[in-house]
Amino acid sequence: MSLWVDKFRPKTLDDLHYHHSLSARLKSLAASGDFPHMLFYGPSGAGKKTRVTCTLRQLFGPGVEKLKIDQRVFLSPSKRKLEINIVQSNFHIEITPSEAGNYDRLVIQELLKEIAQTQQVDLNARQRFKAVVINEADSLSRDAQAALRRTMEKYMSNMRIILCANSTSRLIAPIKSRCLLMRVAAPTTEEMQVVLEHVAKKLKFDMPPEASSQIAEESGGNMRKALLVFEALKMQSPDLSGPLSIAKPDWETYCRKVAQLILKDQSPSQVMEVRSKLYELLSHCIPPTIILKTVADAIVDSVEDNGLRRDIMHWTAFYEQRMRIGNKKIFHLEAWVVKVMSLYKHFYSGFDLADFNEDL
Amino acid sequence: MAFFQQAKAAPKHTVEPALQPWVEKYRPKTIDEVSAQEHAVAVLRKTLFSTNLPHMLFYGPPGTGKTSTILALARQLFGPDNFRNRVLELNASDDRGISIVREKIKNFARQTPRAQAVASDGKTYPCPPYKIIILDEADSMTQDAQGALRRIMETYARITRFCLVCNYVTRIIEPLASRCSKFRFTPLDSSSTSNRLSHIAAQEHVDVSPEVIQALIDTSSGDLRRSITYLQSASRLSASSEPPTPITARDIQEIAGVVPNGVMLDFACALGIEFSGDMDVDSDTDRGRKRDFDGIRKKVKEVIRQGYSASQILLQLHDLVILHPTLPARQKARCALIFSEADKALCDGADEELWVLEIGLQVQKCDSA
Repeated sequence: MSLWVDKFRPKTLDDLHYHHSLSARLKSLAASGDFPHMLFYGPSGAGKKTRVTCTLRQLFGPGVEKLKIDQRVFLSPSKRKLEINIVQSNFHIEITPSEAGNYDRLVIQELLKEIAQTQQVDLNARQRFKAVVINEADSLSRDAQAALRRTMEKYMSNMRIILCANSTSRLIAPIKSRCLLMRVAAPTTEEMQVVLEHVAKKLKFDMPPEASSQIAEESGGNMRKALLVFEALKMQSPDLSGPLSIAKPDWETYCRKVAQLILKDQSPSQVMEVRSKLYELLSHCIPPTIILKTVADAIVDSVEDNGLRRDIMHWTAFYEQRMRIGNKKIFHLEAWVVKVMSLYKHFYSGFDLADFNEDL
Repeated sequence: MAFFQQAKAAPKHTVEPALQPWVEKYRPKTIDEVSAQEHAVAVLRKTLFSTNLPHMLFYGPPGTGKTSTILALARQLFGPDNFRNRVLELNASDDRGISIVREKIKNFARQTPRAQAVASDGKTYPCPPYKIIILDEADSMTQDAQGALRRIMETYARITRFCLVCNYVTRIIEPLASRCSKFRFTPLDSSSTSNRLSHIAAQEHVDVSPEVIQALIDTSSGDLRRSITYLQSASRLSASSEPPTPITARDIQEIAGVVPNGVMLDFACALGIEFSGDMDVDSDTDRGRKRDFDGIRKKVKEVIRQGYSASQILLQLHDLVILHPTLPARQKARCALIFSEADKALCDGADEELWVLEIGLQVQKCDSA
């Protein structure tokens, strides 16, 4: 019993529901025998990974679905052992280098050179090269990306690299220029509705159009989220009739509560209260960036003045960057909370903000 | 003796010409083929006849022909047969910590060059009595590793020449830089880029219009390798679609990840940057509505959902603002400050949506101020 997201994941390029021109391109590229290195990028839940697996299937046939999980041990220069999980089939290999943390360069170098220097021995294989799928390529360190540069050119005959990333900003230019960029945009609401209806049909179930449109609206272009919400709703009320209450995830309601706390009162004791709530969120492994963004969104929604909203977003962006560079996330979250509180208080007690901002 | 094993294994990696990246296929064979860079080429041409070569440091932006030049020079000096045992090429994909410098580089540097092998293709090569060690992407070598090179470079100067290739000359430690004669490689001007691209297109029987060439030049900003890769990707796409379609400038932009102009103009409009040419007074009310916080936020969400990368948006917005015909200079300067902040943040890996929103709000602020 798997989740619907996995159960109804399209297996071939023809099954894909949206971005048909992209599918056509991928199909013809896979057929041409002259397959380049690729970089898929787009927001999460847009279907990058699905497209990658479909392309692999198109390239190598159904054999790619026979996956095995391997645990490899790499030895770092300081003799530390790193254990990395590798998903592979006979034709491709999948790695998530962020697992290796600082040593991702080592993993990339060793693994790619090893693959690059072995040739495909299976005579029945459709392609002479192996594919290497690198997930979350935007979290690769600079060093690891530099290590990819020459490897990508040198071993083109034995290996193709498929990178999967949320954004290209963090990839160095030499990598981008060596890949064929494939932008996977998030599906529109209508496209999502089509997919939802398709899934409903497979389940032999009649989906009310209001329900599908509401789910699609709610999930903001994230197909994975839409399907999960759909499945959850189906569990609650089997026929999906009547007014739907799409349950927000707990952390989201919690974040909204934090936002309300910040706006209700601006005092040191309130900061303490917010602090304990933030800790609670962090200890449940909600990424700090998401917390910051959700709380900021909630605050901005309930503040009317445009100038104040702009300032709040400015400091949100500012502290988010600080958080990346810094080490202790909670410091920056708190600093942001205090900053927002002071902005809010000053605004409503009628201070002039102009010189206040200059100080900081 | 790892180097020799590598040398033997190397021929197995040869690729069928059809599948070879064009960047490799059309790498210049002689230094006279190198596009632009007249200065460096003129100096190096002399060394072909004088059999003397200084240590060299090539620096310049990516895709200007640094690696190609030194490879072509080495090939002309030694010919294909001597090339393998006279030239050692190391780049960032090889491990180049201090241990490699101490062992591999030192071992290679101290070997006396072997006698000249008889050239199998019947040509005569100068084959001077020294070896060349090419350290590609030398700016990614650690300080320690560079430090270890200092003495090696001097001790074996009689039989070995070093060529360091890098993008940022400031990351090469001073003692190394002072031991080399420096060559600066400049970004290619558009005429030599377009010559080279047309040459390749003709060789590959690809039909390219002048607009496509122009689009390639615009998107690659002087990086020849990038424009050649784009051209190859575009030709792959166009050849593999049914029926084969000619390459358009839009294809090139999509491959390069450029945000379409329409989307950018729309975005700029939402920020309150007006383009007098295409819009007139009657849409003023419409624009006034769009300019507030909610309008910008919605627009940013929309653009991010399309999957465009924030740095690309930043780059293009920068061009739009800075080249804008009517904006006052003061406002442009303020915008430039914002852009630099945002670029730094994006390089640090900050959240894209937040920062695009931040750019939007700040630009709008200094527009309305």
